[in-house]
Amino acid sequence: MRTPPGVSPEDFSKALNQFEQVVGKDWVFSSDEDVELYRDSFSPFWHEPEDPIPSAAVAPETVEHVQAVVRIANTYKIPLWTISTGKNLAYGGSAPRMSGTVVLDLKRMNRVLEVNDRNHYALVEPGVSYFDLYRYIQEKGLKVWIDPPDPGWGSPVGNSLERGGGRTPMRDHFAAQCGMEVVLANGEIMRTGMGALPGSKTWQQYKYGFGPYVDGLFSQSNFGAVTKMGVWLMPSPEAYRDGTVMVQRHDDLIPFVETLAYLMNSEIVRGTMLLESPLLSYRASQGGSVLDMPGGPSVAEMEKVGQEKNLPYWSATLHYWGPAKVVDAQWEYTQEKFSAIPGATFKAGNSYRFPVDADKLQGGPPLVALGIPNLSVFGLLQSTQGHMDFSPIIPMSGQAVFDVLKVFGEAYAELGVAPQNQFFALPWAFFPRSFVLLFGFPIEHDVAKNQRTRQVFKRLVEVSAAHGWGEYRTHTAFMDTVAGVYSYNNHALMRLRETIKDAVDPNGILSPGKSGIWPKGMRKARA
Amino acid sequence: MSKLVGFSIAALFVLVVANGPPAQEQQTFKSAWTATPVSGEGQPRGYVQFQDYCAACHGEGQDKPGTLALGAKYKGAEPAMLEKRTDLTPQLIKLYVRNGITVMPFFRKTEISDADLGAIAAYLTRNNKPQ
Repeated sequence: MRTPPGVSPEDFSKALNQFEQVVGKDWVFSSDEDVELYRDSFSPFWHEPEDPIPSAAVAPETVEHVQAVVRIANTYKIPLWTISTGKNLAYGGSAPRMSGTVVLDLKRMNRVLEVNDRNHYALVEPGVSYFDLYRYIQEKGLKVWIDPPDPGWGSPVGNSLERGGGRTPMRDHFAAQCGMEVVLANGEIMRTGMGALPGSKTWQQYKYGFGPYVDGLFSQSNFGAVTKMGVWLMPSPEAYRDGTVMVQRHDDLIPFVETLAYLMNSEIVRGTMLLESPLLSYRASQGGSVLDMPGGPSVAEMEKVGQEKNLPYWSATLHYWGPAKVVDAQWEYTQEKFSAIPGATFKAGNSYRFPVDADKLQGGPPLVALGIPNLSVFGLLQSTQGHMDFSPIIPMSGQAVFDVLKVFGEAYAELGVAPQNQFFALPWAFFPRSFVLLFGFPIEHDVAKNQRTRQVFKRLVEVSAAHGWGEYRTHTAFMDTVAGVYSYNNHALMRLRETIKDAVDPNGILSPGKSGIWPKGMRKARA
Repeated sequence: MSKLVGFSIAALFVLVVANGPPAQEQQTFKSAWTATPVSGEGQPRGYVQFQDYCAACHGEGQDKPGTLALGAKYKGAEPAMLEKRTDLTPQLIKLYVRNGITVMPFFRKTEISDADLGAIAAYLTRNNKPQ
C-alpha cells in the first residue's frame, strides 16, 4: 500500500478507516487497481517512476462529507488533491502533483442547485459537468446558454477555477464566476462575495461583496476546496452568424489585429476567435512550418506563393450572437472597418435563427459556439495518444504574432527539433485584450520522446519569459517551472502566496504543489 | 440523427427565482455525457448507460470521435459503431474503459461505476453470436 509522504502506515490506515466512516466503504479507493484510475490519462511521464500516482481517493457526496474528510486529513497530515469532474486533460488530468497525495474526488457532488433565466445565472456543485448543466436547462426549457469548453465533460466549477475558456461571449470562464462556497483547510465553510451575508439575495448577482475580493485566491490554487460556485450565463440569443475576413499581405496583420481589437473591445465582435493563415498552413503542408524557421522563405517569396495559389496571408472567422438585426449590423460594420485594409475580402458563413433543427447544424460552426457540449474536438486528435498544452499569453497585436513566429522558430532550430504536430502556432483570443497560444505537444507511449518533449517545453517556457510572455495555465509537471518565471522583485507574488498558504493551511494538506505553491516543509530554496 | 431537444421551447416553463438553493429545485440526477436525456423505454439493458457514458464519442455521426477512430482503424472490416459490433467481450470493454487507448482516457468509478460498466458490457455484447 502506498502512503502519503511523511505519513506512517498506521496513521494512513486510521485515516482511511475514518474516511470510510464518513463517505462509506464504497467511496474510498485504496486498492492498486482503483488508484491507477487517478493517474493522468495524458501523462508526459508515462512508464516513468515520476508519473504521479495517488495513495488513495475519497469521493464525498455532500459538503458535510468534505468538511469531515478535510478534518481527518488535517489530523493525520494527509495531503488531499481536489478534483471536480477530473477531466483536466493536457494539464494533468485527475492526478495529483505529488505521488502519494489522496485525491478528493468531488464528482459525486453533482447537483445543479439553481438556474435563473430571468437574470441569467446558475449555482452548481463541482461534480456537475457542462453536459449535466445543459441537460438541466433543456429539460426545464430555460432561456439561457452555457459556454462549454471544447470537451463538454469538464466541470463549470473546475474549468472556471482553472480559468479556462469557451467560444461564446461568456468565453472567459473565471470572469463569469460569481460567488463561491469553500471548505477551508480547518474544515470550516466560507462563502465569498454576497454569500458572506446570511440570507443574501444577490450571491450570484454581484461578485464583489464588501471589502477585499478573495475569489481569485481559489482559482488555480490550493487555499481551499470549492464546493459550490455561481456562474453567469448568456441569455438565449435570437440568432447567430459568422463570417470570415481575409487579408493578402504579411504586413496587413498589423492593421488587421488593430481593427480586430477595436471591434472586440467595443463588443461588436464577441466570443472567441482564432487567427489563421491559409498561406502559412500551406507552407506547413509542404514540409515547412507555420513558424518562421531560420533560412526559410522571405516575406516577398511567401507573398508570391500566396498570389500564385490564391491564398490569403491571414484570415479569421468571427462570430456574432444576438438579435438578428443586431448581428447583421455587426457583421456589416465588421466588413466596413476591415475594408480600410486594401485587398481585404469577406465571406459570409453560417446564419441561424433559433430554434434550429439539428440537421441544419451539419457543417456549421463548432457546436460549442452554439453552447452545445460535445466531445467532437477529440476527432482532431485522432493520430495522437495524448497531448499537453503550452499556453503563453501574448499581446493582442500583429507585431507580437510576428515576434512569436520568429522567436519560436529560432528556439526550435536551436533545439534541433522539428516543430511538427504543433496545433495552433497562431493565437486564439479566448480572453479580453490578449491573445493566447495553444501549442499542443504530443505525448506518446515512448519514454525517450516524452523526455525530449519535456525538455522542449521547459525551454519554450524560458524563451517565452525572456520575451515577456507568461503562461496562463500549465500542466502539473511544469507548475514549478512556470511559477518560477513570475519572479518580479525576488518572486514577491509567490512569497505572498506562500504567506497566505502558511496562514490558511498550516499543515499544508491541500493540493501541495498546485501552481508551484508548496507547504512550508516542502519548499525548495529558490534559485 | 436525434432531434436537438435543446432548441425547442418546452411547453411548460419552470421559473427558478429563489434566493438560495430552493429545496424543491435541487436536482440530483445521474451525471451523464449526453446533450439530451435518454429514455430506456423499450431498450435493452445497458442502453441508457451506453448513451449516457459512451455515445458522445461512440455514437453515430461525424462528430463522434470514437466512431471516427474505429472507422479509420477497421476500414470497413468491422462496424465503426460499437453498438453494431457482435464480437466484443466484457473483458475487452472493461479493459478499454479502465485503461484507455490512444486518446481515449480511462474512467474512474465515480464516472462509470462497476455496475454501469457491467450494464454497458451487457448491451454491447447483446448481439454476440453464441459460441
